[in-house]
Amino acid sequence: MLKGFLLLIAAQLAGIGLQAVARLPVPGPVIGMFLLALLLAQRPRVRTVGLEQIAGGLLRHMGLLFVPAGVGLIDHLDLLRTEALPLVAGLAGSTLLSLVATALVMQWHDKLPSLVKGGFHARHSSVR
Amino acid sequence: MLAIPPSAEIATSLWHALVACPLFWPGATLAAYGAGLTAQRRLGNMALANPVLIAILLLAGLLRATGTPYSAYFAGAQPVHLLLGPATVALAVPLVAALPLLRRSLSGVVLGLVVGTIASVAGGLLLVRAFGGTPSLALSMAPKGVTTPIAMALAQNLGGLPPVTASLAIASGILVAITATPVLRLCRISDWRAHGLAAGTAGSGVAAAHALGRHEIAGAFAGLAVGLNGLVTALLAAPIARLCGF
Repeated sequence: MLKGFLLLIAAQLAGIGLQAVARLPVPGPVIGMFLLALLLAQRPRVRTVGLEQIAGGLLRHMGLLFVPAGVGLIDHLDLLRTEALPLVAGLAGSTLLSLVATALVMQWHDKLPSLVKGGFHARHSSVR
Repeated sequence: MLAIPPSAEIATSLWHALVACPLFWPGATLAAYGAGLTAQRRLGNMALANPVLIAILLLAGLLRATGTPYSAYFAGAQPVHLLLGPATVALAVPLVAALPLLRRSLSGVVLGLVVGTIASVAGGLLLVRAFGGTPSLALSMAPKGVTTPIAMALAQNLGGLPPVTASLAIASGILVAITATPVLRLCRISDWRAHGLAAGTAGSGVAAAHALGRHEIAGAFAGLAVGLNGLVTALLAAPIARLCGF
């Protein structure tokens, strides 16, 4: 479990380092997540260092971890008051739009006649 | 004779002694979150009774009642806040576990995720601007569809306000948990994979947990969507914001 925690920290530091060096617009911990996912996909045995216990523990109570940052909302209460309309409209509109768009695209994609998809894959494999 | 100080004076000196202890604010944060979890359980796991929102409200009340500035609380609660980074990295574990699902419906999942992410980010930016909101609110809104820790980090990068983004991310999760079933039924979505992917893309963790409670396949695809959506939004948020003129 200690090694698992060390691996998480190492992946985060690697992500922060990569972000700084390559000037990526993606936050360091997110790059760290990507790096760890790559490592786990390539070498599944890595998880035997107790990664699953520590990751499970952190993720089970992840909500707790963003409370300190979330309380910062009290410094922005005037923004919630003065911009209530754009806030509610933007939140509800874009969330529902995203929900419906994702579901429709996935369902339409899967309902395409298999002939079309077969044709597509056949064309690609014939190129090879 | 022993002089007994007035009780208000005792209370003040007691408060100063307790708040000086480095464990006070982490302890208060833990207690508030625990109270939030208990409240949610008592209310029958209602989506609206979100433990994080309850904890934020309780702590905001405590800070106001004691006249504590947020900066003092945040400095004290650093031991809790510091674990957010490793927890974000830890999201790789469930993501990799969900990858076999991806192999079976790769192009549908990727296409759905990309379209859903663009709808969430561009829709948020443009709607806030259309209704007269400031760029600061728009940029806080842009990454709210992804899981809260990633959303906050992206808001910081984009020039938004991370605490506002955190609340918006939780609120969008609650909104999806409440509306997903009737809205998707109205749109004639019969495929549980599409249902789960959409809930995870639009509402992240809160909605994914709710989807898992409704249907196992929907829950699995919602979990996959939460992990992949973090990556897709991290890559697309900044270019979309630039295209929308922010």
